[in-house]
Amino acid sequence: MIRLEKRLHPSRALTSLTPILAVILTMIIGGVMFALLGKPPLESIRIIFWDPLFNPQFAAYSRPQLLVKAAPLILIAIGLSIGFRAGIWNIGAEGQYIMGAICGAGMGLAFYPADLFIIFPLMVITGAFGGWAWAMIPALLKTRFGTNEILVSLMLVYVAESLLASVSSGVLKNPDGMGFPGSRNLQQYPAAANSELIANTGMHWGVVACFIAVIFAYVVLTRHLQGFHIRLTGQAPRAARFAGVNPHRVTILCLGVSGALAGMAGLFEVAGPAGQITIDFNTGYGFTAIIVAFLGRLHPLGIVLAGLLMALTYIGGELAQLMLGLPGASIQLFQGMLLFFLLATDVFTHYRVRFGEA
Amino acid sequence: MTQTLLSLDGVTKAYPGVVANDDVALQVGHGDVHALLGENGAGKSTLVKMIYGLVKPDSGTMTLMGHPYAPPEPRAARAAGVAMVFQHFSLFNALSVAENIALGMEAPPAQRDLAAQIKTVSETYGLPLDPYRTVGNLSAGERQRVEIIRCLLQNPKLLIMDEPTSVLTPQEVDILFTTLKKLSAAGTAILYISHKLDEIRQICDRATILRRGKNVGYCRPAETTARDLAEMMVGSSFTSPTRKPREIGDVVLHLNDLSLPAPSAFGTALKHINLTVKAGEIIGIGGVAGNGQDELLSALSGEVKATADSVVFNGTSIGDHPPGQRRSLRVFSAPEERLGHAAVPDMSLVENTLISTTSQKDMIRNGFINWPKAREFAEQVIEAFDVRTPGASSTAQSLSGGNLQKFVIGREVLQAPQLLVVNQPTWGVDAAAAAAIRQALLDLAYSGAALIVISQDLDELLEICDYFGVLNAGSLSDTRPVEGLKMDQIGLMMGGADSAEAPQ
Amino acid sequence: MDLSAINPVLLIASLMVSATPILLAAIGETVVEKAGVLNLGVEGMMITGAVVGFAVAINSGSPELGFICAAIAGAALSLSFGFLTQVLLANQVATGLGLTLVGLGLSALIGKPYEGMKSPTLPALDIPGFSDIPILGPIVFSHDPMVYVSIALVIAVWAVLKYSRAGLILRGVGENHDAAHALGYKVIRIRLLAIMFGGACAGLGGAYLSLVRVPQWTEGMTSGAGWIALAIVVFGSWKPLRVLVGAYLFGGVTVLQLNLQAAGVAIPVEYLSMSPYLITIAVLVFISARGAQTAPASLGRIFHASN
Repeated sequence: MIRLEKRLHPSRALTSLTPILAVILTMIIGGVMFALLGKPPLESIRIIFWDPLFNPQFAAYSRPQLLVKAAPLILIAIGLSIGFRAGIWNIGAEGQYIMGAICGAGMGLAFYPADLFIIFPLMVITGAFGGWAWAMIPALLKTRFGTNEILVSLMLVYVAESLLASVSSGVLKNPDGMGFPGSRNLQQYPAAANSELIANTGMHWGVVACFIAVIFAYVVLTRHLQGFHIRLTGQAPRAARFAGVNPHRVTILCLGVSGALAGMAGLFEVAGPAGQITIDFNTGYGFTAIIVAFLGRLHPLGIVLAGLLMALTYIGGELAQLMLGLPGASIQLFQGMLLFFLLATDVFTHYRVRFGEA
Repeated sequence: MTQTLLSLDGVTKAYPGVVANDDVALQVGHGDVHALLGENGAGKSTLVKMIYGLVKPDSGTMTLMGHPYAPPEPRAARAAGVAMVFQHFSLFNALSVAENIALGMEAPPAQRDLAAQIKTVSETYGLPLDPYRTVGNLSAGERQRVEIIRCLLQNPKLLIMDEPTSVLTPQEVDILFTTLKKLSAAGTAILYISHKLDEIRQICDRATILRRGKNVGYCRPAETTARDLAEMMVGSSFTSPTRKPREIGDVVLHLNDLSLPAPSAFGTALKHINLTVKAGEIIGIGGVAGNGQDELLSALSGEVKATADSVVFNGTSIGDHPPGQRRSLRVFSAPEERLGHAAVPDMSLVENTLISTTSQKDMIRNGFINWPKAREFAEQVIEAFDVRTPGASSTAQSLSGGNLQKFVIGREVLQAPQLLVVNQPTWGVDAAAAAAIRQALLDLAYSGAALIVISQDLDELLEICDYFGVLNAGSLSDTRPVEGLKMDQIGLMMGGADSAEAPQ
Repeated sequence: MDLSAINPVLLIASLMVSATPILLAAIGETVVEKAGVLNLGVEGMMITGAVVGFAVAINSGSPELGFICAAIAGAALSLSFGFLTQVLLANQVATGLGLTLVGLGLSALIGKPYEGMKSPTLPALDIPGFSDIPILGPIVFSHDPMVYVSIALVIAVWAVLKYSRAGLILRGVGENHDAAHALGYKVIRIRLLAIMFGGACAGLGGAYLSLVRVPQWTEGMTSGAGWIALAIVVFGSWKPLRVLVGAYLFGGVTVLQLNLQAAGVAIPVEYLSMSPYLITIAVLVFISARGAQTAPASLGRIFHASN
């Protein structure tokens, strides 16, 4: 009979090894899945994980894409991880991302066609504000009424998507767009564009913000009292109250920060790689970031690695779609399985497996 | 001697790092009231878990009514006629008494019949219960009745009771003992686990004493003095903590009409509590669990805010101050729940010091944590309070109950509080650690601090406190000097709203 | 704008149809949560049920077989959630989200070849005489079988939870899993069974969408129905009959806003389509503001038998 015995200390070694184990397991099962779809398994895995980085034919194009795809994931995931550590589940980051993009783009377009250096910073601030405000809705409802933030933040994603559709064809519609829905293209408006800082690396302002966020999160979580309070709230709420932590403040802080970061990610995306506000502007980064947060063990440095890995699966997935006709949805499944395997292998970090009778 | 009902021979059970039971022999006769005596950690719980089928012995044999007895699970034990009332009840708060009892039975009759049976049996044995009441609304004593009735409805031959009186008022203890005597007279044997010597001498025919997992002797409690029993339990001469005469200073704390609503559906409201504590004084607050102890500590620690003037410390109204602010005024507290409230199970001892020491000891500068200083403090506590642990990096949950409690109390004491409030300071703690903690509290008072000790252990309170009061359903009785206080006076003080009449 | 085009009788009849998928998912989740488990993967299980039901119905020509297979698929998928959370003690929130993502991806993959097809659907009941009664006829007697199945299921769940031993044990497990374990009940087994029941119901709900309500397969067609079902469990305070009311209310709002859109009401389409979600939020706030503390006490907490 197999039993699980709680460890006295969570195993340090396994905490770092389990994500790797999860990735390997996913690759194996993923390979099986591809074989079932009639695609050569080893080649598929190679195309997804190896080629975008090292294959001379594609790497020059796809390597910069890595940072482009990873930056919003990491930025959002950093914000989410702080909340998750406190037991505050912001599932609606996708909605905050959209609102940040709408508000930020709106701010930029309001200035069109002026050319002031202040425009872009203002857009960033407005984007952060938009995401922050959208996250304040579940935050205030939770602190005031005790309403569950999971469902509220999630419902607001659908509301945000409706708003996105509305403004694409309405308030933000491009007057020179010949009647097509969608805003003016921000990439073509230099003062508002989030352009590449170093050519061919994919590094735009969003990537910079991402690095700053990572460093900031690391310092706060390990060295600052607020970070300690956040960890305390998640691990032992009664002890947190005993220590004098105000649970409402933690809720508002965590949701606010994750909302702001998601909103900023939305702005960087709409002013950068996406270029314009359209009905289908959002591509699920807010949800994938949840996987990134868990895969990175809610640790800032882990999140960077996890974000890069996820970005790799996106790019590799696109490549596989092109080269092998692999359906796009299989990558979504792949990412979901990664989360599942991580959760499964996580048990070994906290529990020891024992054989025999009780 | 009555015919043997249950016999254990050479029973051994070991866990990693500790031998819980070492070659234990035990004999219980039909209709006997047999005590299993030992201090915390002696192995009593493990032994009865084996009798009840929750745990399998590594070696040894058990015999029930002459047949080999090795229950694979509690269901088999119940089928064989063994029933158990645990110290921690297995009850479902949101369900009714009848539903709770039905869940504890193998094949319960239809609800209506069951309700009738419950009424009959509960009245026969003097433990009246209304089958339709929600269990969460019952007092601790009434909840125990549900557990007992649940067992009795199965007509057990052996009833095991684990520390049954820890949650009862003196009156309820009398009722329980009357019931147990009735059961014994009717032929049901009772295996009574306790560390309360006076009770065992009152009700038990025979006693088996366990110490560190071994059976160290039998005796007839009625023929043995409490002192001898205690020495058999602990193995060495008892030393009571030293009480030096203390200087009592000025009033440090005033509780003025402190009232708070119940924190949740199953909590207790605080009602008009008045109390005065002077520097150097130790006030003891007794009372069975569930009468407002947690709530009182929360009001004093600052976790729950009351009106500003209801708590006045050294002239300052602090009733609405949060915990951090109170700590900077040197008001400290130690809650009852070690893991989850006083300390975080998965965090190291170093991190656990931050929970209550943020305002002092230079550990925080501009919001940034000075980890080396925190480690230094943790090591200080470990050293001063003899906390047995590999080091300050050990997690809180890796410590034994006694050692963690020493750490938690030590953490507060080493911050030189002017007022320290502790809730159940030695609950579930082995005797040596308990004595050390009580000594630490006395020493703290001697150095001029004021102490409030909330405890269910009346012996403890009488040992170290100067004044004694009782919490009953959220109200605090007047405090009386401990000197000369008698048990029946205490019983009256604790009686209050839930005093029940014993049947004739 | 022509409000007179909205027929109240048809509105009520169509709200029952609209509510049925959510009702099925919600009643399943009610059982799961009553046992103390929070399964956020309802959306994933519903959409998997939708695609499996559709595929089977097309390949076999039998929508009934489609429903059965959808239930099995939902139960099978939920078993993975059950294994992770009950045996491997994983965090329930994260695992539920993972289940949703897996379900969404898996269904998109399976459903690709079936996009744009039409499946055989369930016939509506046509009781001669009864179905023609004005008002009551269309509302009570003219639905497809699944509507009746869903209502029957609600009543069955209510009766079992309240009056049967199995229901009592389930409620006990959800209330205090440590006590249930101490009394000898197999907590993990009971929870796994409850989880599978929830998965089967969610699968049925999803299949109803693809086989009856729409009836077609599109990627992501549940559009948050699973999340709404979760909200409705809270709205109903974990009581089956109240969950029924909640589902019907929500169905009503959805259908009403569609009717308003069709009637050319001056509110922009996007705002109307937001309304069900906003109303769900309002309902959640209302419930939590009232301070309802009726959640099963063990809900969401990890059970680890440590003797």
